[in-house]
Amino acid sequence: MARRMSADGYGKIISIVGKPMGLDVERIKADFPILIEPINGHRLVYLDSAATSQKPRVVINAILDYYRKSNANIHRGLHALAERATESYEKTRRHVAQFVGGVDPHEIIFTRGATESINLVAYTWGETNIGEGDEIVITEMEHHANLVPWVILAQRKKAILKRIPITVCGHIDLSSIEDIITSRTKLVALSHMSNVLGTISPLAEIIAVAKRHGAVVLADGAQAAPHMPVNLTTLGVDFYAFSSHKMLGPTGVGVLWGRRALLEAMPPFNFGCEMNREVRYDRITWNDLPHKFEAGTPNIADVVAFDAALTYLEDLGMENVRAHEMELTKYAIEQLSAIPGIEIQGPQEPEQRGGAISFTDPNIHPHDISTFLDSKGIAIRAGHHCAQPLVRTLGKVATARASLYIYNDQGDIDALCDALIEMRKYFGV
Amino acid sequence: MSQSLDDMYREIILDHFRSPRGKKPLEHSNIESDGMNPSCGDEISLQVEMDKGVLKDVHVNCRGCAISVASGSMLAETVKGKSFEEVEKLAETVRKMLKGESSEIPDEFGDLDALKGVRQFPVRVKCALLAWVTLVEGMRKYRNGDSGKAVISTEDPEVTG
Repeated sequence: MARRMSADGYGKIISIVGKPMGLDVERIKADFPILIEPINGHRLVYLDSAATSQKPRVVINAILDYYRKSNANIHRGLHALAERATESYEKTRRHVAQFVGGVDPHEIIFTRGATESINLVAYTWGETNIGEGDEIVITEMEHHANLVPWVILAQRKKAILKRIPITVCGHIDLSSIEDIITSRTKLVALSHMSNVLGTISPLAEIIAVAKRHGAVVLADGAQAAPHMPVNLTTLGVDFYAFSSHKMLGPTGVGVLWGRRALLEAMPPFNFGCEMNREVRYDRITWNDLPHKFEAGTPNIADVVAFDAALTYLEDLGMENVRAHEMELTKYAIEQLSAIPGIEIQGPQEPEQRGGAISFTDPNIHPHDISTFLDSKGIAIRAGHHCAQPLVRTLGKVATARASLYIYNDQGDIDALCDALIEMRKYFGV
Repeated sequence: MSQSLDDMYREIILDHFRSPRGKKPLEHSNIESDGMNPSCGDEISLQVEMDKGVLKDVHVNCRGCAISVASGSMLAETVKGKSFEEVEKLAETVRKMLKGESSEIPDEFGDLDALKGVRQFPVRVKCALLAWVTLVEGMRKYRNGDSGKAVISTEDPEVTG
């Protein structure tokens, strides 16, 4: 246990800072029932966690337990079950607030996923703060979730969308950042960690320039929050979005964190129940944070189960998760690079990247790579990874991507590399 | 090797993938048609030389997966000497076979028969159809006197049926 609980249960969670401990991957694998599911007659080698992570038994059980013992609508009923469901739901909110560095739980808004979190900002903050001629700055390595909402907002408002380029090595190119972020820049929206290249953004440098011009900064943390410690009290961003399902939790739950002053000034996103305080035909007053942004019945069961995912990660320690993945990424890059023809996209240095490793073969299309690996029980992703402009920038039509998490070990990388060598023989290239 | 993998990547398909037919660009062409498969990134360029109402020669340049390359190569091999109507009929038979709407495989199908394993991989059907829809759309434009060159997309339901 790399974690201590305070007397009041979920109040304070203190990571013991120190030398990272290696993860006991064998024990971790045993916590994930799906990993014993045979795929095409083989042991499952799951290397697609950047798409979605697998779920430990405690999360699966939490969903069952919720429906068996606590199911009721929240924030409304005056009966015992409604109170129990409300408390479980709000407990996760407090837990999320602690998990990201101890922010105010009122600043934690539950959504359907990181995509909806970003859309929420585009349609509320963006609607009221972006005007004609204003600049929105993104990077060349954005997932469509942090790209399309801004393209559409810029079109709607006649604003200007600008891009921070990436270098040939897959790093963010900071050389012309002073020209890109200007006094007209109202928003800088960028990925904390790329889902294609694994690149970790130099947030501090970019935030410093953005703040000098008074721009708001949104980070898409969908790939970062599951894999490294994230402290929103010191990171410097104004909005942060991430998804439960990429960090051991259920699908259908996302988080938007935003600074209180910004959230309070924003209009609601959806209208209906829960988001208002008093409703008359001619006048409606909005509810307080975070309820103003949570109209209707939310995904209660999955939010409740997300709590168990956060506990699981804290028990491992996010520093240890990061250390494990850095070590495994280093091993994977070494092993993959040794296979003739295989070309790795993105930074090679494990300190500057996460475990989403895109690779290509000059003669074999990523879809053929994926189909072949699948026949060996190895699950990877192939295609444009919902980042078409980035993949085009790389000069590719698609890439294959192996992505790592806490339940992967060197044996999984070896299985991948052995299969790739066999694949090249199979296709005769 | 799993049965279904070898069903899709038949030896004939791998042979077409490794050495695609119709590789040589044509000096004289009457039809040029480009197609793409946006979801995979497959791209194809076709050239056709017409002579007395039949397809005299075909050039296929496909940058894509083994299935799209092999299907384009088989197309280059099978459509030569056929009329528009014959090619349209053949393309429709290929489409029905790939979509599982018909199990009828004509005798003159030759290597094309090997594509039927793709049926087990629904997401790859578009890859196998790419060359065919690109040729048929190119022929239709030529017949209608439309000299413009549009890029045919397999995402268009009008095209892939």
